[in-house]
Amino acid sequence: MQPVVSLFTSSIGRKFLMAATGLVLILFVIGHLVGNLQIFEHPDKINGYAHFLQSLGPALWVARIVLLGCVIIHVWAATVLTLESRRARGGEPYAVKTWLQATFASRYMRWTGYVVLAFICYHLAQFTLGVAQTGTFKANLPPYTMQADYRVLGFTVVRAGAVVQDVRSMVVLGFQNVVVAVFYLIAVGLLSLHLLHGADSLFQTFGWRNARWSRALRAVVTAGCAAYFLGNLAIPGAVLAGVLQPLAPAATQVVGH
Amino acid sequence: MVALATPRTLSVTLRVWRQAGPGQPGKFVDYPAKDLSPNMSFLELLDVVNDGLTLQGGEPIAFAHDCREGICGTCSCTINGKPHGPGQGIATCQLYLRTFRDGDVIVVEPFRARAFPVVKDLVTDRTAFDRIQQAGGFITARAGSAPEANALPVPKGDADLAMDAAQCIGCGACVAACKNASAMLFVAAKVSHLGLLPQGQAERDRRVLAMVATMDSLGFGGCSNQYECSAACPKLISHDFIARLNRDYLTASLRATFQPEPAGGGGAG
Repeated sequence: MQPVVSLFTSSIGRKFLMAATGLVLILFVIGHLVGNLQIFEHPDKINGYAHFLQSLGPALWVARIVLLGCVIIHVWAATVLTLESRRARGGEPYAVKTWLQATFASRYMRWTGYVVLAFICYHLAQFTLGVAQTGTFKANLPPYTMQADYRVLGFTVVRAGAVVQDVRSMVVLGFQNVVVAVFYLIAVGLLSLHLLHGADSLFQTFGWRNARWSRALRAVVTAGCAAYFLGNLAIPGAVLAGVLQPLAPAATQVVGH
Repeated sequence: MVALATPRTLSVTLRVWRQAGPGQPGKFVDYPAKDLSPNMSFLELLDVVNDGLTLQGGEPIAFAHDCREGICGTCSCTINGKPHGPGQGIATCQLYLRTFRDGDVIVVEPFRARAFPVVKDLVTDRTAFDRIQQAGGFITARAGSAPEANALPVPKGDADLAMDAAQCIGCGACVAACKNASAMLFVAAKVSHLGLLPQGQAERDRRVLAMVATMDSLGFGGCSNQYECSAACPKLISHDFIARLNRDYLTASLRATFQPEPAGGGGAG
């Protein structure tokens, strides 16, 4: 059978699609978090970074389409596999059901997945499309003037004096809404739980896991998920704690913040 | 001294799934069993209950059993929610009454999966496993006298691993324990036990592709990597073999696709 066809038709092929798309999305969320943690530096950093990403043009769209494709394939494979599994289990349920060794995270993948999907939609509506919390959307805030060059790999990609959107204030003002910040915290918590099983699982699906190092893998994945959660906790946490304040309305005057 | 710590006799209540035939509605029926030896096996307990039922003119509980020493894979009860009951690395026939406490209610159900339809009471039809085996769980070997034992060198590590996989008795506990009723552990064991040995190389790719395709077509579910299967396996076959199956399947499907097409014909003559 053609591998492309068997990827979509066989149970192992679909698991492979789940794992491969999951891996892309894991790498994305890690990169996304690391980029966003620049909010704790000078406003030039996060605003320059955001402007740089927006200026990528076609490359940005390629990345967006790839990520959207991954989400669609991941959700499709999960749905088909779940429906098949339900059918496979048969009509009569067990009267007594016990878990033998399935981890907590693995038992709630579908539910954590639902919340993460809802979160992705809101997150895009809030920070990318500006259809939620429109008042604090970057396009509706005073622009920000870069105080210094923003460099990526030693290349200057945004020059000092450039007028860019004030993403930093959008994030801070957005998370000053306690309901939004709490939803964000719950969602990234559940995403971390989702990754705890997903990251461990993808090694099994690719066939790169055995008893010799599964314990070490588990430890690395657990530490990675905890670090991911704490990193995500930091941004809304700092806003709610008042550590991160929005720039004054006249953004350009806040030099040496 | 251990024997003294256990009571002389036990009384338990069996709550057993009774189903007259395939596709018929079933229900749980309670059977109190008194003054039992704690050293009797679970199948002997079912024998005792059935003796009583027969004497009373009732229909005995149908259950699958054969060797009663944990090597045939015939017994197939889910006891208190775990295939083959409490304990690790045992089949139902190796489960002893001393595992339970006096007065326990023990819930006994058949292995449940769409691919294992109930025949009667606790007996399920596991022909699906035979179908998977027939699809590729064999090697094509020269028939005739036994070959010279050392003609094909097998590294010790490979032989040990192949033996671990070959321990699978095909009972179906992996399917019964899995929330997806997945047969991955069974297929992984069968694919690995031949795939690890030189004798199994000729048909290695064909075997894994055919067995997985048959597994899918028979209505088993996918793997969620929860490893309930290996925890329920009476032979404690590791889920590492599933990782190996996944790897084998992916490389085999790649190789099958890019293999040159045969020219056809079969040569001059």
